[in-house]
Amino acid sequence: MYESGDYMQKQTIFQIDKPGVSTTFQDLGRPGFQQYGVPVSGAMDRYAMQIANILVGNPRDTVCLEVTLIGPDLKATSPEPVTVAITGAALEPKLNGSPAPMWKSFEMRQGDRLTFGNHQQGVRAYIAAAGGFDAPVFFQSRATDVKSGFGSPLKKGQSIEGFPVRTTYGIGLSQAEVPVYQSNIDVSIVEGPHTAVFTKWELDRFYKMPHIVGANSNRMGYRLQSMPISLENTADIWSEATPFGAIQITGNGQPIILMADRQTTGGYPRIGTVITDDLPRLAQLVPKGKVRFHPISVEAAQERVTQMEAFLSNLETFTKGLLLKPE
Amino acid sequence: MSFFMQAVGDSAVKIQFQDDVTPSLNRRIQLFSRKLYNHRIEGVVEWVPAYDSLTVYYQPHQIRYRDLCQKLDQVFQLESEANEAGGGLITIPVVYGGDNGPDLERVAAVNELSADDVITLHTRNTYLVYMLGFLPGFPYLGGLDKRIATSRLEEPRGKISAGSVGIAHEQTGIYPIESPGGWNIIGKTPIQLFDVHKENAFLLRPGDEVRFSQIDETDYKMIEQQISDGTFKIGTVIKDAKLS
Repeated sequence: MYESGDYMQKQTIFQIDKPGVSTTFQDLGRPGFQQYGVPVSGAMDRYAMQIANILVGNPRDTVCLEVTLIGPDLKATSPEPVTVAITGAALEPKLNGSPAPMWKSFEMRQGDRLTFGNHQQGVRAYIAAAGGFDAPVFFQSRATDVKSGFGSPLKKGQSIEGFPVRTTYGIGLSQAEVPVYQSNIDVSIVEGPHTAVFTKWELDRFYKMPHIVGANSNRMGYRLQSMPISLENTADIWSEATPFGAIQITGNGQPIILMADRQTTGGYPRIGTVITDDLPRLAQLVPKGKVRFHPISVEAAQERVTQMEAFLSNLETFTKGLLLKPE
Repeated sequence: MSFFMQAVGDSAVKIQFQDDVTPSLNRRIQLFSRKLYNHRIEGVVEWVPAYDSLTVYYQPHQIRYRDLCQKLDQVFQLESEANEAGGGLITIPVVYGGDNGPDLERVAAVNELSADDVITLHTRNTYLVYMLGFLPGFPYLGGLDKRIATSRLEEPRGKISAGSVGIAHEQTGIYPIESPGGWNIIGKTPIQLFDVHKENAFLLRPGDEVRFSQIDETDYKMIEQQISDGTFKIGTVIKDAKLS
């Protein structure tokens, strides 16, 4: 872990030669402003994003680059070397043409090129740089949220500034700890709040059938192609807060899972909410991937999120120890 | 006044009120919000008041669902405090019709009124900000005269400019930023509903009241100029009525 005195001056650390299909700045978003209608936004896969930060010694909520399916080409431009970590989707990252490590920090020197090749698994990769990136701050967050007018995806030729710090590199997860992203997943949900508008029969069917992720899915929501779910009682539901992972059933009976860039409120009936611990795997589920749901208790869900949090916290403590050792 | 609590996933709890949606219920919900502000519960991240609910987001590794429900119950039972007062009354200047309000004639025609009648009815009432949502700073305003209630456009517009004032069913609202949308646009205000660079970034808060006043194009340009010069003062009255 670096001390504040170690911060370097702001420098241009990357030049974007190709932007990729959608590369944005993402952190843990802007919670605290939902009562004013401001979406939380932030990383889709908050687990991979936080690990990227931990591996380079950053505070966990430091802004990263979120890369989607087809990655960017970046050139390191700062005279100071930059410690970098890539986590999340396996998109074949390469450093000067040779395979770059994933889930393990490495150093990029001035002129080094980071590129991405073929899609292997997952959807979103995260690039963290020690010291973090500079990007405009809106409501205490650097997360890009295009529809709210907060930033825009990276463009060709753009420079990215940062505050590079020298840190130890080569710190990574053990192979057993690296997530495997499948294209056919089971996720747990906590039922409600509008479970009562669905019949028992419709609920059973919802749990039994695989739902296919539509191609028009994005950071706002995953549109699922499913046998239409009919509603018992379509009485008006007043608009109310909609959390990350909420599964709403729209007028045509199709489920939409609300994701990071969701609106703060919505008025569609909701069958349940994907548990926090399963959101990262969902965020990495490819278009045309399949998902099945099963209900668990809120207590069981909270047990799992607590374990996830404990893993991140332990990793952070362990990494800080390694970073403190004299070189 | 009855309510129950319900888990919404593993990181939120919804306080669902079982009363009709009225200004009185809204005051109750704002009062609950202020109690949460005044009596912070460890692990609570934020809360979102809505028409008939208040959703509280929290960190499940800091506080468990059952414990939070108990704490919320305790906080809601506390006596109101002096600073738990009502919202402000804000007057929003609007230029109606023409390019600024392309659906003014439609709202008039659907309701068998003249465009002037629509403007008169829209500027006569005082509206309550029931909640903000949909877009940053978008107020859902209740209290629209039923005679100008109009269903949403069948085909939403791809682009509605910031400041547009619209009607959807018995609600009226203001688009704070450019966005696609299906509301009937009857006018436009030069007022900014939020400014990310200000400490008090949002003009309107849930529980505030709003009135609209008709202005012409010249006034619009003048106000726009004053806003860019930083000399514009919006008409705000802080009501001192204590909630109970």
